[in-house]
Amino acid sequence: MKTQKIGAWIAVLFGASYFIVPLIATFEFSLRMRRGEYSFDAYRSVFSDIQFRESFSYSIMMAILTIIFGVLLVVPTAYWVRLRLPQMRPVVEFITLMPLVIPAIVIVFGYLRLYNSSSYIPFTGSARGTDMLLMFSFMTLSLPYMYRSVDTAMRTIDVGTLTEAAQSLGASWPTIMFKCIFPNVMSGVLSGAFITFAIVIGEFTMPSLLNRPAFGPYLQLIGANRAYEPPALAIIAFAITWGCMALLQLVSRFSKSAPSKP
Amino acid sequence: MSSKQAIDLKKTAIDWLGIAPFLLFAVMFLIAPTLYLVTGAFVNPAGEFTFDNVAGLFTDKILASYWISIKISLASSIGGAFIGFFLAWAVVLGGLPSWIRSSLLTFSGVASNFAGVPLAFAFLATLGRTGLVTMLLRDWFGINLYASGFNLLSFIGLTLTYMYFQIPLMVLIITPALDGLKKEWREAAEILGATNTQYWTKVAMPILFPSILGTTLLLFANAFGAIATAYSLTGSTFNIVPIQLYAQIRGDVLHNPNLGYALALGMIVITGISNLIYIWLRMRAERWQK
Amino acid sequence: MSFLELSGIQKSFGPVQVVKDFDMTIEKGEFVSFLGPSGCGKTTILRMVAGFETPSAGTVVINGRNQNELKPNQRNIGMVFQAYALFPNMTVHDNVAFGLKIAGMEKSAIDARVKEMLGLIHLGHLADRFPYQMSGGQQQRVALARALAPKPQVLLLDEPLSALDAKIRVSLREEIRMIQQQLGITTVFVTHDQEEALSISDRIVVMNSGRADQIGTPFDIYNKPATRFVASFVGTLNLIEAKVVDPATNRIVIGDQGITLREPLGSTVKAGDTVSLALRPEAGSIAEGAKGDTALTGEVVSSNFLGSVIRTRMKVGDAVISFDMFNAPGRSPPAVGEVSTLRFTASDLLIIRE
Repeated sequence: MKTQKIGAWIAVLFGASYFIVPLIATFEFSLRMRRGEYSFDAYRSVFSDIQFRESFSYSIMMAILTIIFGVLLVVPTAYWVRLRLPQMRPVVEFITLMPLVIPAIVIVFGYLRLYNSSSYIPFTGSARGTDMLLMFSFMTLSLPYMYRSVDTAMRTIDVGTLTEAAQSLGASWPTIMFKCIFPNVMSGVLSGAFITFAIVIGEFTMPSLLNRPAFGPYLQLIGANRAYEPPALAIIAFAITWGCMALLQLVSRFSKSAPSKP
Repeated sequence: MSSKQAIDLKKTAIDWLGIAPFLLFAVMFLIAPTLYLVTGAFVNPAGEFTFDNVAGLFTDKILASYWISIKISLASSIGGAFIGFFLAWAVVLGGLPSWIRSSLLTFSGVASNFAGVPLAFAFLATLGRTGLVTMLLRDWFGINLYASGFNLLSFIGLTLTYMYFQIPLMVLIITPALDGLKKEWREAAEILGATNTQYWTKVAMPILFPSILGTTLLLFANAFGAIATAYSLTGSTFNIVPIQLYAQIRGDVLHNPNLGYALALGMIVITGISNLIYIWLRMRAERWQK
Repeated sequence: MSFLELSGIQKSFGPVQVVKDFDMTIEKGEFVSFLGPSGCGKTTILRMVAGFETPSAGTVVINGRNQNELKPNQRNIGMVFQAYALFPNMTVHDNVAFGLKIAGMEKSAIDARVKEMLGLIHLGHLADRFPYQMSGGQQQRVALARALAPKPQVLLLDEPLSALDAKIRVSLREEIRMIQQQLGITTVFVTHDQEEALSISDRIVVMNSGRADQIGTPFDIYNKPATRFVASFVGTLNLIEAKVVDPATNRIVIGDQGITLREPLGSTVKAGDTVSLALRPEAGSIAEGAKGDTALTGEVVSSNFLGSVIRTRMKVGDAVISFDMFNAPGRSPPAVGEVSTLRFTASDLLIIRE
């Protein structure tokens, strides 16, 4: 019993240092910009960079659009599969897991070949079209997480009974969808949204290969050309991820303590 | 056709219409692009069927890049799984205060999503030539990492970096499996005469094994498809497969687009197989833990 | 000397004392049930016999050997858990063989023993199944076979039936009792279900907040409950407050109706004191020609038809007395508001002293 506890402490201390030392090192490095003393110059430099602001707001815009369209695609599908097409469940679940199986770089490679300017659907022919394609590619990336969290939320409410109750009260399909189903799976939607946000903000491969000015490629560019800004950016990125996960925890805890009852 | 059949048909049609947007999305953005690459791997530029592209993968340069990719993915997944397992074991069964468990899990949720470019920056700031740990080791202990052959932009460096998101992922996936080990199994084994070691080798490990192996495979696929961290750490100098493919997409460095498709096909096959075995093993493990 | 001796057993978890000074001896081959509500300490005692908990004070002796210093894996005890606890990665055969393999038995001997055990529980045909492919009742029978295979000195059953369906519960408890008698194995059974305990035990220990309120045969526990707790926990019971009229003649009144008790009230009781009396619902009847030397008259408050019995509640003074009568097709249940006379034997009226 005693040795077991000592072993556990050693494991935890080792893990903690593996996780924390790089963060401390990064933070320390980000303060080194001014010679001979610590300063927040690197952060000042980052925040005053017009490209930082542009690429960051572009990625936030993208994240919001991805979340909206992702939710509009996933929630009705998950609902419909539970309600009317339970036999399609394995197929739909398999499809939603595909983005975990096929590497992002392969997927975007396919897009570039399939939707180039000389194809039938020339997404990449214009900047707007490429933006759309990028949004769809983000939706693809977040599909496994979004679907899983929404589907889990739907399992806790009995969608069949809820729908029948709404129908017997004379509700139309849009009313059922937006007044009954959505509010009840909100916790799942929110957790999916936060993960999507974290993924979209940091994603490098897709916007880089589609040549869009997103935050990921900007980070890479800065990393290749500057010395002290990259660690500052890493700290900022870590804070963003941390914020998303904190909100996620908050939402899941909230929905656990107050389960939505139909 | 009777009217009942007509109604049934209409109902079926509506049922399918409900998931039509999803299916269209899946076909357009998942299935078609993948199929395009897969079929492209088996035709030549003139459009005729051929195995030349797949055979073309078996050149020294491409094989070498697959090999280094597999090595890094294997090392970081096995290392990550090993350390992650012990961490999870420590917080679930090690008798530690419960706040350690919740902090580790929260932190793992963050760290497993902290990959890509920023992670590369963090490790450069830690173990790069002027990184904090490198300098501390030099100033305090007189150990010159880089003189002793260490390089962050190498197999070992990349493996260490990847493990930063591999360990937390392992912790997140294996903790529920460890929680699923019922106290009664240990007690039943004990009362039947088993020692602690016998319990672990004959009961706990066999029960956990599908989860551990499956998660290791998932970590493997996770590392194999990752590009951003390696790319921003090493630029295009380090020839892992995703970087090779990235260069091919940007500038056809292989001078044969169809060979590029074969390169992608190779990635799909490797990550696909490891993921499918993961899913299969996981279903097995869940069946046991009901 | 008894086979299993528990003497002066105490157990505290932090500041909470869950077992208080517990003494008991169990004979070889005896089937003893620990009965009580959750948190009464019955499971803790079982786990101290198994060795999963160490007593804060006192000793556990099995077959003359003090067990306190022995780990669970050195005690040679069989145990069946509430949640089956079969090893999910092993077939039925391997589960039953587990203890034998640990003991280092030869393969041919193991196979023979496993076959014998599976025959005992009538599951020989399922030897190659995995636990998840079987029903709860089947799993629990395998768990029983697994516990018995290494020929343990004592068999411990920790609420083995409470996760099962009502029907299987009854058939499995009969099977357990049959196997126990066939093997003559000393068995300790923990349950919160009084019907279970009454039906299969040689003796019952009724536990109440860390103490044994009464130890006795099922017949004694049911018919002569020693404390108010035992009386109310085992079976359904009417508790009636009565006033003492004359302690010398055992004369009391319920409401305004006088009764002479058979059991002496004792010397400490004075006229005017209140005593608690217990009466089982099946002890009385209002049927025509019902036997009994004592009668109480009152108004019927409610009458529930439960199938084979009719449960009627009658108001006598301030007390409400329930009693059960067997259903008879030719007789209609008593009507609410009807005034009836309940007859019973005065010796069935027990005095509850605590």
